[in-house]
Amino acid sequence: MVNEMAILRISESLTEKIRRHSRESYPYECCGALLGRDEAYGTILPGTTREVVDLFPLINRRDDSPRNRYSVTAEDVRHAEQAAQSRGLDLIGWYHSHPDHPARPSEFDRQHAWPWYSYVIVSVQRGTPQSMTSWRLQDDRAAFYGETVEILNQVVEMDRV
Amino acid sequence: MSVRVIIPTPLRAYAGKRESAEFQVKTVGEALMRLTREFDDLRKHLFTEEGNLRSFVNVYVNGEDIRYLSKENTPTKDGDTISIIPSIAGGSGCGSDV
Repeated sequence: MVNEMAILRISESLTEKIRRHSRESYPYECCGALLGRDEAYGTILPGTTREVVDLFPLINRRDDSPRNRYSVTAEDVRHAEQAAQSRGLDLIGWYHSHPDHPARPSEFDRQHAWPWYSYVIVSVQRGTPQSMTSWRLQDDRAAFYGETVEILNQVVEMDRV
Repeated sequence: MSVRVIIPTPLRAYAGKRESAEFQVKTVGEALMRLTREFDDLRKHLFTEEGNLRSFVNVYVNGEDIRYLSKENTPTKDGDTISIIPSIAGGSGCGSDV
């Protein structure tokens, strides 16, 4: 179920970067951090909008089953947090790919999630990235709800002389 | 003086938007118990129903992973800082969970 009140904004060029990462990693899962801003930082309110401003691609640490699992170590999480802070941003979520599987969170995803973070999933079918969705864990941990992904066209600013 | 527990951003909504909380405690386990007693909604995101720390939840005392110390029995002293950092995991869901 998609909660239309929860919106994740992301530029077309950043979605293309996620797709490229997922394509290059195929048939393995890719993963990375979403750096951005949340208008209701530190709270969970219906109707909040957050925006991805930058990505922090990471190495999938699951070398035993990288086709259907991804793992980001606590050390990588710290690096992603530091990267966000150094850019004046917050670590607002994570992205990963599902090679030859739909862009829906799995039971394993649910068991290993925290609320508040956005979990972006891109499906990669036979090496070609397909749909991209974003999810958040319910407060009671029982399920994820979908958030609306708003893809923004990049506004190119002309150089001022 | 007391032990300071840093509350990770995603969980601050369950801790009255607090960035940290301080407790007079002697072990890490005691600090986590006090934290989840004060903020009951935090508990299920840190602990399983059986009361064990969730596998993806990592706890550090002054930057040292308690897994390599004495886990939740790790002693604390005045001025220590406890941080809670998740490792992020997931995947498409076929195959056995590890």
